[in-house]
Amino acid sequence: MYSKVVLLRFPREIVNEPIVANLVKRFDLSFNILKATIYPRKEGMVVMELTGNRKNYNAGVKYLGDVGVKVENISQDIRRNEERCFHCGVCTAVCPTGALYIERPEMSVAFEKDRCSACELCVIACPAKAMEVNFDRALLDS
Amino acid sequence: MAHYKVKKTIDEINRKIRGGKVVVVTAEEMVDIVKATGPEKAAREIDVVTTGTFSPMCSSGAFINFGHTKPPIKASQVFLNGVPAYAGLAAVDIFIGATEPSIDDPLNKVHPGQFKYGGGHVIEDLVSGKRVELIARSYGTDCYPNREIKKQIRLKDMPNAVLMNPRNAYQNYNCAINLKDDIIYTYMGVLRPKGDNANYATAGQLSPLFNDPYYLTIGLGTRIFLGGAQGYVVWAGTQHNPSVNRGKNGVPLGPGATLMVMGSLKEMNSHWLVGLSILGYGCSLAVGIGVPIPILNEDLAKYTGISDEDIFTQIIDYGKDYPQGKAKSLGEVSYAELKSGTITLNGKTIQTSPVSSYVRAKEVAETLKEWIEVGQFYLSQPQHPLKDI
Ligand code: SF4
Ligand code: SF4
Repeated sequence: MYSKVVLLRFPREIVNEPIVANLVKRFDLSFNILKATIYPRKEGMVVMELTGNRKNYNAGVKYLGDVGVKVENISQDIRRNEERCFHCGVCTAVCPTGALYIERPEMSVAFEKDRCSACELCVIACPAKAMEVNFDRALLDS
Repeated sequence: MAHYKVKKTIDEINRKIRGGKVVVVTAEEMVDIVKATGPEKAAREIDVVTTGTFSPMCSSGAFINFGHTKPPIKASQVFLNGVPAYAGLAAVDIFIGATEPSIDDPLNKVHPGQFKYGGGHVIEDLVSGKRVELIARSYGTDCYPNREIKKQIRLKDMPNAVLMNPRNAYQNYNCAINLKDDIIYTYMGVLRPKGDNANYATAGQLSPLFNDPYYLTIGLGTRIFLGGAQGYVVWAGTQHNPSVNRGKNGVPLGPGATLMVMGSLKEMNSHWLVGLSILGYGCSLAVGIGVPIPILNEDLAKYTGISDEDIFTQIIDYGKDYPQGKAKSLGEVSYAELKSGTITLNGKTIQTSPVSSYVRAKEVAETLKEWIEVGQFYLSQPQHPLKDI
């Protein structure tokens, strides 16, 4: 399972094509539109969360590029919900950058945000769902 | 009968609790005390050693009576927040199990599944005072004509709610690695291919059953810390295996005894009962449990003085061996090694991660210690010892 928030820019020529429907049909992805705007010059902009398995996600994004949609990743920010984290250590087995690590001898789990690459592996691996993804909400309000 | 130099009874310890004179330490503190003074002196000075564990415990659940409605219903199918509860009991009695996923969960269809909400989460929500949607269906009878009810219900609206866990507090558990070429998702966490990492459970030296390896003081009716309240050991847990191989110090070298525990859900709190979503595996519940060990004699001082260096477990391959039911030991490691962050297997250094919380385990032991010190918690005499079950 893989999920990412992306910003899509549709050029004028393809605004009316059923591109998002194709993502669902051909690539088995589900989506959640967070914002959609059609600008006066008839270009479209959509911010949405795309979810599916990783292979399909990549194929879907490639398809978007092929039909002329510009895909931008939205910078996402990983935070730990300190209330929910119970310092089990499960996330330290998946974190590739060492941003999540065990402090000894206490055996508490530290989260060093500066070392986090926002790969989101911990987000699905954390059994308490303590690792949360936040993206730049300012984009939705603009 | 051994001839002990120190002989105490549970009654004597309870009198000390009443008089404010009881001496309680955690199992972690006991390690150094026994090292420094030896078991005999430690047994004279220390009355109770508190233990603790906080870990995913899949074999957990709650018996609930949700109260009669008007007109009454004989519920045959029940859902709490969309999670099926077992209703094959009397009219409005149900059992909600920790691992039951919500009815519309995609499970492992897109592997690894996320199992976002299940029985463990329902229990956590109830304990934290949230409203939960109850749907009950029935075929209708002459005495219970109602066929369907749907309502929001809180724990405090329920006439009865008891946490009843068939198997908790395993005495020792495997250290898991994965020798396959692909990543796997297990109840022991994520295991990278080719033995790249190793995961282990239990709180080691703090864990309840490591501190009384022959169950000399634990049995039916032992009062314990359970989910933030006082609960009880009610029997041996399922898969209880006291005849496991043991080291010279009596401590099991693999999964041994287990506890069946019970307590009033209404008195518990959600800091100690946390609903879990184990990637690719399923839903579960993390449960906080602490058992007080009365130091009745020098043997119990010696047992509770055990440290992570003296406790060993087996490395098991969850990639190929375990799924075939052919789990075999690939090597033995101590909890001191596991907690250090790396172990060595066949000359290769492997990163280790815990799946149980040592931080919370310690908090359980410290809370229980405080309860006993201030006279909120008295020790109970077990009615039927675990060693005879
Ligand atoms: S897996 Fe989740 S709960 Fe466990 S230490 Fe990491 S962030 Fe905390
Ligand atoms: S997002 Fe990736 S890098 Fe950041 S803490 Fe989680 S696992 Fe580590």
